[in-house]
Amino acid sequence: MQLTLWTYEGPPHVGAMRIATALEDVHYVLHAPQGDTYADLLFTMIERLPKRPPVTYTTFQARDLGGDTAELFKNAAREAHERFKPAAMMVGASCTAELIQDDPGGLAAALDLPIPVIPLELPSYQKKENWGAAETFYQMVRGLAGPYVPAPGTPRPVRAEGVKPSCNILGPTALGFRHRDDVREIRGLLESIGVEVRVVAPQGATAADLARLGEADFNVVLYPETAQSAANWLQRGFGQPYTKTIPIGAIATREFIAEVAALAGIDNDTAQAAGRSRAPWYSRSVDSTYLTGKRVFVFGDGTHAVAAARVAAEEFGFTVVGIGTYSREFAREVRAAAEKYGVEALITDDYLEVEARVAELQPELVLGTQMERHIAKRLGVPCAVISAPIHVQDFPARYAPQMGFEGANVLFDTWVHPLMMGLEEHLLGMFREDFEFHDGAAASHLGHGSSRPQPPQSDAPIAISEAAAGIAASSSASEPAAGEPVWANDAQKELGKIPFFVRGKARRNTERYASEHGVGLITVETLYEAKAHFGR
Amino acid sequence: MNAVVEFRPRDAGCGDAPVLRERGQREVFCGLTGIIWLHRKIQDAFFLVVGSRTCAHLVQSAAGVMIFAEPRFATAIIDDRDLAGLADANEELDRVVGRLLDRRPDIKLLFLVGSCPSEVIKLDLHRAAERLDGIHRGRTRVLNYSGSGIETTFTQGEDACLAALVPELPQAAPGAEPELLLVGTVADIVEDQFLRTFRAMGIERVAGFPPRRSTELPAVGPNTRFLLTQPFLGDTVRALEARGAQHIAAPFPFGEEGTTLWMRAAADAFRVPTTHFEQVIAPQRERARAGIARHRERLAGRSIFFFPDSQLELPLARFLARELGMRPLEVGTPYLHRQLLAQELDLLPEGTALSEGQDVERQLDRCRAARPDIVVCGLGLANPLESEGITTKWSIELVFSPTHGFDQAGDLAELFARPFNRRERLKALEGQV
Repeated sequence: MQLTLWTYEGPPHVGAMRIATALEDVHYVLHAPQGDTYADLLFTMIERLPKRPPVTYTTFQARDLGGDTAELFKNAAREAHERFKPAAMMVGASCTAELIQDDPGGLAAALDLPIPVIPLELPSYQKKENWGAAETFYQMVRGLAGPYVPAPGTPRPVRAEGVKPSCNILGPTALGFRHRDDVREIRGLLESIGVEVRVVAPQGATAADLARLGEADFNVVLYPETAQSAANWLQRGFGQPYTKTIPIGAIATREFIAEVAALAGIDNDTAQAAGRSRAPWYSRSVDSTYLTGKRVFVFGDGTHAVAAARVAAEEFGFTVVGIGTYSREFAREVRAAAEKYGVEALITDDYLEVEARVAELQPELVLGTQMERHIAKRLGVPCAVISAPIHVQDFPARYAPQMGFEGANVLFDTWVHPLMMGLEEHLLGMFREDFEFHDGAAASHLGHGSSRPQPPQSDAPIAISEAAAGIAASSSASEPAAGEPVWANDAQKELGKIPFFVRGKARRNTERYASEHGVGLITVETLYEAKAHFGR
Repeated sequence: MNAVVEFRPRDAGCGDAPVLRERGQREVFCGLTGIIWLHRKIQDAFFLVVGSRTCAHLVQSAAGVMIFAEPRFATAIIDDRDLAGLADANEELDRVVGRLLDRRPDIKLLFLVGSCPSEVIKLDLHRAAERLDGIHRGRTRVLNYSGSGIETTFTQGEDACLAALVPELPQAAPGAEPELLLVGTVADIVEDQFLRTFRAMGIERVAGFPPRRSTELPAVGPNTRFLLTQPFLGDTVRALEARGAQHIAAPFPFGEEGTTLWMRAAADAFRVPTTHFEQVIAPQRERARAGIARHRERLAGRSIFFFPDSQLELPLARFLARELGMRPLEVGTPYLHRQLLAQELDLLPEGTALSEGQDVERQLDRCRAARPDIVVCGLGLANPLESEGITTKWSIELVFSPTHGFDQAGDLAELFARPFNRRERLKALEGQV
């Protein structure tokens, strides 16, 4: 049993719903009790989809458990087929139905429906949403494209003269973080360099589209979280290679183009000329100097976390002080990235652990999910959202991809936005006691509504108690434990003149310096000694 | 009876009307959802769902937002190791509760909330609560109830929670002065209005249940008379009656008429002189009438279709029909408690179609065929219906907003007028999805 306040991922059948909803003519019959229909509102309210997800829930009740829940399932599947006439059907169980072991796959097979029926086995008590999405997509691709797999050893037919190289785009789902705009951006990029996009799947694909996935020359995998296993299977079955580079950031976009050019057999130099991003120059312009070395903490799904950390380091000049993911399936990739930045990766889906790490690291910017946005808000740290889990705000009305050249521009704007602007930050540092520069004042362009929240009270809720403990450890230093350095009044006052967003770090560094140098009483001098010692 | 407060049903009402009982896919929340308002109401209580990742995801998604301010709810997520052996699951639960209470020593009341998985694997949370109550005695009281979807629909979770709390109420001394109890969660501001009004009538001994702190549980006994503020509290009624308390039957306090009849029922039970009663409520009634009148023009004559959601559907349909002149076409409710709703049924216009339970696809067929001017439905259906050109009102807002009583009657009417108002303003966007 795991004590959970907030979850980064839903159960695996919600992952399956994201695939079903993304596809055009597929229906999902889910053996589930009343209440599991809550998941519909994720799609209709958060993503504002104008249609219901194509899901039928059997809605069994306590009184059915002694009776025939299997019959209930068969009726639901039969009626769903009659009513919606899907081209293919997915059948499966939610967590409760998994316990009653009715075998939806077997029951659906017994109905002998005139369409392909793909049974899904999604172990709810072991796996989570992204795994469920990946497994579902893989099963759908295998089930529908499987009949067209050539005999083993058959070489891929050579592309005829004059036929454009072609690919599929794999991975975008319903409820995906900016999938809608990423697909448009990457599709446009591929077409502009002369690559034909045959099928985008699952988003917008029909069952027939899935059946012809093997026809394209290669696959573009945008979201390994959902498409990796399907892409691996297509590679084995059809000999289709797939792209490994995730085109997030200007540098990765260039690398992606090179990878695509190689797979498509087109000239890389010509392809590279297809577009450019403003972000690299904006980052190099002297106005951005103030971004240098800003300490960032990165957390998200594996793919977005690794990509964001790289962009932060190589395209913004930030210092990555922490990186983590809630996707255990991608722990290896995130650990490898962490090693690059000399930090320890945080692999956890425990919100409290992430909060404690942010409180401990005191970064100047958090790049995270909506969860980290809340953590950062509470701790008074600026934050930009880079990954699911998502919120209604992550479906902006405007075009805002994360990928490709335009995506790099979007990253530049959205990551810089929550920070203090360059000169404002300097002025704030110089005139600490100016009444309009009090601790509660936010960056001027963020308006009055976003003033810095108060630190948690002593009756803080459980979700923040660790963070509160972290803050308490630094703010209650005037009553230290035995052997710890004590702050002199003038030093304490001087500390107060340091802007709030670096004050915690200054306090920590000074106390560490004092402990390490056997200084019992921290004076103004100690403060500056420490500053010189740790100065970057 | 005085003519000013006497209302007769406009016609024969729906007391004997047939009810369409449906059995199929239900587009409703389970009882766990009640935690979202209950944890704000009882400020020293914590709600620990013993369930799956789905339960955790539901509670965090149900409100449409993540409430991060002070969450006093969490989920003990059952995993495959727990499913391997039940003894293990109990030890795990003890460990999780221990960790929780160590971190939140301020929690005085802990509810273990049963879910579909915990019910199906027959994890005995009643025994677990007793055991944990023994372990944490003197510091935290531990109770249990079920909010599982296989047993409860949406607001029934509150019923189960309150019914579990009733045995904890202190026993009123024999021969104690009669006391009025207002049962059901309403917004604090509304509760305060009610308490003020009843005291002004001379009913000094009046309290709300659930209380705002678990240490302020009201006493209950044969001299307790109680009014329901919410129609979905059947089990709570039974539990209170088992303690000797007497239920005061009344329509529910929605709108000027409903609130008057509801208060009058209590005033009669406490022998408040009619003239005094009328004097006390007169200014509030006047304000309620004025508040409602502002929206009458927009709503009168419009037809309305209710999908089942909170069990508030009948009282709301009655209010909209009688005080705003709307025409209820179908009133769906997850569960029709005939006894508690007897007076509401009598007041509902004859010919209103009633349905209980749900087969959402068939109900959508009926709804499209009926072409109502406005549909009251859950969050999963609202945008899809809007995209078909049907005006909707999210039902969850009716549960999450202060809507009871005289001074909220205008606000309640406004919640139904707003979608029309918005549609008029956005007329130029019609047909664009």
